[in-house]
Amino acid sequence: MSHCADAPERAGEVTGVQVARIALIGNPNCGKTALFNALTGSRQHVANYPGVTVERKAGLFTTPEGRTVRVLDLPGTYSLRARSPDEVIARNVVLGRVASEALPEFLLCVADATDLRLSLRLALELRALGTPMALVLNMADIARHRGIVIDEQKLAAALGMPVVSSVAVRKAGMKGLLAFLDEKLSRPLPEPVAAADWQAPDRHGLRDLQREADRLIAVCVTLPAQTYSTTARIDKVLLHPVAGLVVLFAILFVMFQAVFTWAQAPMDLITDLFDWLGVLAAQYLPHGPVLSFIRDGVLNGVGSVVVFLPQILILFFFILVLEDFGYMARAAFLMDRIMGGAGLHGRAFIPLLSSFACAIPGIMATRVIDGRRDRLATILVAPLMTCSARIPVYTLIIGAFIPDKDVFWGVQLQGLVMFGLYALGIVAALGVSFIMKRLIWRKAQHDPFLLQLPDYKLPSPRSVGIGLYQRGKAFLHRAGTTIFSMMIVIWALCSLPLPPKDTVRPAIDYSAAAWIGHALAPVFAPIGFNWQINVALIPGMAAREVAVAALGTVYSISASADDPGHLGGVLAAHWSIATALALLAWYVFSPQCASTLATIRRETGGWRWAALVFVYMLVLAYGSAFITYQAACAFGLG
Amino acid sequence: MLRQDSLSFRGNKPSQAMTLGEARPGFSGTILAVDAAGVEGSLPADELERRLLEMGLMEGATVEVRHQGLIKRDPIAVRINGQASFALRRREAAAIFVISNI
Repeated sequence: MSHCADAPERAGEVTGVQVARIALIGNPNCGKTALFNALTGSRQHVANYPGVTVERKAGLFTTPEGRTVRVLDLPGTYSLRARSPDEVIARNVVLGRVASEALPEFLLCVADATDLRLSLRLALELRALGTPMALVLNMADIARHRGIVIDEQKLAAALGMPVVSSVAVRKAGMKGLLAFLDEKLSRPLPEPVAAADWQAPDRHGLRDLQREADRLIAVCVTLPAQTYSTTARIDKVLLHPVAGLVVLFAILFVMFQAVFTWAQAPMDLITDLFDWLGVLAAQYLPHGPVLSFIRDGVLNGVGSVVVFLPQILILFFFILVLEDFGYMARAAFLMDRIMGGAGLHGRAFIPLLSSFACAIPGIMATRVIDGRRDRLATILVAPLMTCSARIPVYTLIIGAFIPDKDVFWGVQLQGLVMFGLYALGIVAALGVSFIMKRLIWRKAQHDPFLLQLPDYKLPSPRSVGIGLYQRGKAFLHRAGTTIFSMMIVIWALCSLPLPPKDTVRPAIDYSAAAWIGHALAPVFAPIGFNWQINVALIPGMAAREVAVAALGTVYSISASADDPGHLGGVLAAHWSIATALALLAWYVFSPQCASTLATIRRETGGWRWAALVFVYMLVLAYGSAFITYQAACAFGLG
Repeated sequence: MLRQDSLSFRGNKPSQAMTLGEARPGFSGTILAVDAAGVEGSLPADELERRLLEMGLMEGATVEVRHQGLIKRDPIAVRINGQASFALRRREAAAIFVISNI
């Protein structure tokens, strides 16, 4: 048996043991990912399919009888017609058309037992492919609780495939499925054959399939007399045209409050940890370039980025819990018309919300938007959402320049400025989308808005936990690679060439960084940036938050060794308020994130849209910083 | 299924074919036809029709309008066969011809 496993997975495999390849396929919201998590636990590996940014989730698990199984979690899909890149992958894998992916030997079609209509139609589509498969009735506990009785034997006979029920969120609920797999895999599976002559069903074909699915339900499923469900009761409030919006904004408010307040303690802890490591380094390392590299370059640089891990995790915690609860689709419903005024689709709400953590997962989340125009509009404005990488820059400058005083009723001026910067990003996003719609897509027609509103369910701590772990890992990975290597470059630029021995001026004045900063001065002088800022902007291209670390490096190397000083205090002494405000305005719009631009290129299939984003954001950044600086100078703040 | 439901009356002429795009919250009916031929949009009528079918909006299914948005009463949230809920805009809902269940 041949199998293609990734290197990280191979580590978990026992050589010489045959590994069965199975794939999970099902509608979105059927609990497929929960089932995948229940099967594999932490033995999963998330990567991308080659050439596309569709997430490839694979994992290994061992059955009770000791068989090792490799399971692939295919993207959710309603049919094999494949309308989005995700759905294309799901279809092509089961058709054996993905070069890097061996055809699965066995398919588990995962169905939501509380609503079989769409799942059964998909199962009928899959059955025609001829690959051995079984139907898994997931969330069987909820179905039973609602009084839905499914005659599994009758259904299995009518479908001509095994039917097993499961409860992915409970350990005991997986027993039946695991026993079934053990029984199934006790004999070798036949080598699968790709269905060569598959054709997408037309509207008549779809009707025939749905009619057959409805017939099966009529024969095999006993539905309870219509009851007023919990979901309907909750929706009375959450989907109410007015109350629903009030609740949505209350949730968003709590979310952003939490990002700032809950994160404070762990952030202080991380800062202390890196400070302590710096002190430790100074104790054990001889003074000189090595210590400077470790303390000023590595610890300062990486520490200033890792410190944002708590905020990112808290934001994603809310997003994952709300998603698992079933609320996110409701938010899209409530926001559709409101965002539609600015030319955005209701489904853009979730990607844009994720963009507050980081534009990259946000841009990747736009894949749920079927229409290309709607998707592009969302991608274009996602980088304007205030991502967590801007927070360090904002916090630093606000802390140093905006007085810490009450404006009215306990509202802090600093908080108000922060809120203003967030609001500016949102308003700009709506404005840009509105203008793009009129400039680029003048004649474009409306894309439809069709969205399933899944029944509410209690979020699974396990799914949320695994989701958070993956987000956190990705962020730390970035901090450990991209940002780490950028910090080395900055440190080198700021430290080399070495100053002459008997100078009184700070070492950095002789460095390559100073030269670059001075060379850029004429360009940035009209917006009030000095050469130190210019230097910090260059590494800031890798990631915005690096600019803070770079300013730290530039000013700590330029400060005398005995007086490292607090960065905020140092800046307040060196910059005018006009410069600080101009830098804030710059950071609301600046396209300073190479990873985001690379993601846009990948998702849109070319540099054209990435270039457009870069140019429009640069123009907005320079323009707004220019206006801010000149206005502030006119008010005597220069 | 004939069911007396006071909510179903609100704003709808009973026993008369209409489109789901015109239905008010509380409407409860049966789908008579799905035909996107007259619906303007970026998708060809055939494609929109298939997408609606893939959501289970098919002839014979019962449909109940549960909610509507704040602006221009759009979009709407519907329950199909009492089992699954979907959100769609009134523009696309105009492709679904329904008859009130009263």
